[in-house]
Amino acid sequence: MKIKGALLLLMFAVMAVLTGCEPLMVLNPKGPQAQTQADVILLSIGIMSFIVIAVFAILIYMLVKYRSSKQSDDYEPPHIEGNHIVEGIIVGIPVLIVIVLSIVSVRSNYLVEATPEGYEDQDPLVVYAQSSNWKWHFSYPEQGIETVNYLYIPTDRALEFKLYSEGPITSFWVPQLGGQKYAMSDMVTTLHLAADAPGEYMGRNANFSGEGFAENTFSVNAVAPDEFDEWVDEVQETAEPLTEEKYNELLEPGHLGQLTFSSTHLEFSPPPEGEHGGHHHGDSSDNSEEGNMNMDQDHEDHNHSE
Amino acid sequence: MDFFDRFAIPHPSPVIYASMVAITLTLVAIVAGVTYTKKWGYLWREWLTTVDHKRIGMMYLISALLMLFRGGADAIMMRAQTALPENTLLDSQHYNEIFTTHGVVMIIFMAMAFIMALMNFVVPLQIGARDVAFPRLNALSFWLYFWGAMLFNISFVIGGSPDAGWTSYFPLAGNEFSQSVGTNYYMIAIQIAGLGTLITGINFIVTILKMRAPGMTLMKMPMFTWSALITNLIIVFAFPVLTVALAMGTIDRLFGGNFFTTTDGGMDMLWANLFWVWGHPEVYILILPAFGIYSEIIPTFARRNLYGYKSMVASIVLISVLSFVVWVHHFFTMGQGAMVNSIFSITTMAIAIPTGIKIFNWLFTLWKGKITITVPMLYSLGFIPIFTIGGVTGVMLGMSAADYQYHNTMFLVAHFHLVIIPGVVFAMLAGLTYWWPKMFGFMLNERIGKLSFWLISIGTCVAFFPMFISGLDGQARRMYTYSEATGFGIWNMLSFVGAIMLAAGFVTIVYNIYYSTRYASRDIGSDPWDARSLEWATHTPVPDYNFAITPQVNSSEAFWDSKKNGHKLFSGEYKEIHMPNNSGVPFIMSAIFFVLGFSLVFSIWVLAVIALLGIFACLAHRSFEQDHGYHIPVEEVKETEEKLGGAR
Repeated sequence: MKIKGALLLLMFAVMAVLTGCEPLMVLNPKGPQAQTQADVILLSIGIMSFIVIAVFAILIYMLVKYRSSKQSDDYEPPHIEGNHIVEGIIVGIPVLIVIVLSIVSVRSNYLVEATPEGYEDQDPLVVYAQSSNWKWHFSYPEQGIETVNYLYIPTDRALEFKLYSEGPITSFWVPQLGGQKYAMSDMVTTLHLAADAPGEYMGRNANFSGEGFAENTFSVNAVAPDEFDEWVDEVQETAEPLTEEKYNELLEPGHLGQLTFSSTHLEFSPPPEGEHGGHHHGDSSDNSEEGNMNMDQDHEDHNHSE
Repeated sequence: MDFFDRFAIPHPSPVIYASMVAITLTLVAIVAGVTYTKKWGYLWREWLTTVDHKRIGMMYLISALLMLFRGGADAIMMRAQTALPENTLLDSQHYNEIFTTHGVVMIIFMAMAFIMALMNFVVPLQIGARDVAFPRLNALSFWLYFWGAMLFNISFVIGGSPDAGWTSYFPLAGNEFSQSVGTNYYMIAIQIAGLGTLITGINFIVTILKMRAPGMTLMKMPMFTWSALITNLIIVFAFPVLTVALAMGTIDRLFGGNFFTTTDGGMDMLWANLFWVWGHPEVYILILPAFGIYSEIIPTFARRNLYGYKSMVASIVLISVLSFVVWVHHFFTMGQGAMVNSIFSITTMAIAIPTGIKIFNWLFTLWKGKITITVPMLYSLGFIPIFTIGGVTGVMLGMSAADYQYHNTMFLVAHFHLVIIPGVVFAMLAGLTYWWPKMFGFMLNERIGKLSFWLISIGTCVAFFPMFISGLDGQARRMYTYSEATGFGIWNMLSFVGAIMLAAGFVTIVYNIYYSTRYASRDIGSDPWDARSLEWATHTPVPDYNFAITPQVNSSEAFWDSKKNGHKLFSGEYKEIHMPNNSGVPFIMSAIFFVLGFSLVFSIWVLAVIALLGIFACLAHRSFEQDHGYHIPVEEVKETEEKLGGAR
């Protein structure tokens, strides 16, 4: 009996912490994608608490009512095969709950896998995020700059992260902006994010990648759009360009501080997409190559307009 | 690398050197002890060559308990390291090795062995059979498992432990990023043990389908036997995938293959897919026998039949089917898009339906019952609330968009420990306590047993509930350290306290075994729990041949019916009993597998070829051997039965 009481108490404690004064990172979203995810999480915690409480209640009732100490010595429990109505209910209610959750799940899947709602009117900022043991390299093709282990992003603009890895599988994760996605060596994955509020957010590799994994973090500085443009100008003026030699040096396993360059590695070391992908599949690869070229064109256009 | 350098530990520490000395001393002590007491002949005749399912079950049990302490030691070290921010008890490399071996040892060598132990001991008795269908293969299964486990466990003192996680994702586990022989051990030791498991799968399917007592139709099988049947079907479908994946990984590592490399067309996610196509059904291989055990124990101590037998059977069949179509939920974040994620999200959540049916059926089994709280029942009752919490968080993880936030975090670690510990560990401890009198002829002490239960169940909650919080606060799993500013410290310290309680609980179990062995009454009869199924209908200790006369079955609770409703289980005369001969070949052949595995790990090709020839020689020997077993004459059966308390 004690343990059930303790468990209930603990659950309430958990709920108190979750909704309490110092919100947990995942439940303190600063962008539309993280907001969607936090909503799903809180909704599911609510529904699940209902199930847990129902099970606890039935268990406690049975244990209180049918303990042998509460019954006469000659009581012989009956033989009960089962009951279609009861079994219908215990199948039916979970089925309904799963249907509701499925609808929520499918809807939220399409939300997090697309440009954030309300940000569709402008072109997203494309950032290539490449991991190497145990660092993150961020290339801004549109701006022609590159950083290591830190990100500058404008608020109120959709962000499109193109993820890949130089080595083990890693996972790009900025909890307050949205959930994570894998970065792999033979393909490029896309993660849609956006920031609503300026601030400095924790980002890290969430997928175990060997010795330096624990320290494989980066910081994300979300700033107002004009402040972002200022930062870009400053980098373009003051930072050194990234040479191939220097880049190869950076790839060596180890940890680095924050670095800034006024050119990207994308030209001499292209990401594994299109013709550079790990797996060519005839026509589709031709298509994506075309898409890629178009995108490059787009970037150039942006450069002109700026 | 020089040939001999490979045997050195790449990343030594005083603890590892101390373990080396301890292992050597233990081995010397065992050899000296057996020699001094002149037990070599006994050990060989009665245990190493045995084909008796009961003894094989006991050997699995001892191995599983040993592995529980090995994996538990790893767990304590992990929790101790992360208890404080920026702790320096372990460095990154050691931590990585320890969480890798913790996972592998607990899943493959502890939990699997524990379910094999109980299936081996109980299933033939429960269906009224004399042994399994292929007793010698059964011995081979055990010894392959045993030598595979030994090979894996020497890794940390010879050549270094694997360090790429129990999932061993490539390319991290490939030669490029993991140069020591550690991952070779992983690939080959699990392969050897896995062969044993696959053989068991086939053996038990045949046993359950072909060797049931007369009258026991499929729908009259006890629920543990049902769960064993379905479990072994899953094994036969899932383990070949692991076999192939491990073979591909071995080819990559030893022969320069490119299945999972970063270059030359290798696909890193292919490993992840193959691993989890096996790995997710594996979860149900562990949990279904546990469900079966609870379905035996709860009716016994509620003094009532299992509620909804048919829906219980339907739900395990449904779970087994669904277990094969959910593997993608282990990597929703791979980037396969909203469509694929939606499909796997729905299939994943659908598993909650049959699982929910089971939970409610157990609850309704208590209804109108007469509940006595014994240690096995206590574990079963503690399982329901904790497993429910673990289970519903699984549904939350199944919602793929939200999973982007849970994935790779402590939230996930909390979830799977809160299903595996109440699901598997509680069930094994419940089953162990429940069937202990049938195995060893005395009962475990109830008072100490209850103390163990409270320590373990409260320890589980204290160790794993805080992880939900630190996970939602952004703590990734497998981090050997974190800074104070993160605020994870308090939650990890709580987990460490819980881990210590768990460890204390397991120590009290060992003490209980010692205490009860010394002091418990041997006069307990053959049915101390007033139980319901056939394993309690034979004598304690169980004679070699299990049942002198094959029982007649009329329901899923034939023994209960014989006690309460006048059903006649045993009728007819004693007859001569045909039994299989013992054989040393399974032991020898598996030991050669160990040599083969060791030489592959270190690429000693000459020895590998010799070992391979040795294995073929053992196979050939079996093919040409004429062994028809032996017969126990009627006189001897009569004598044994009278000695054990008369015909039953």
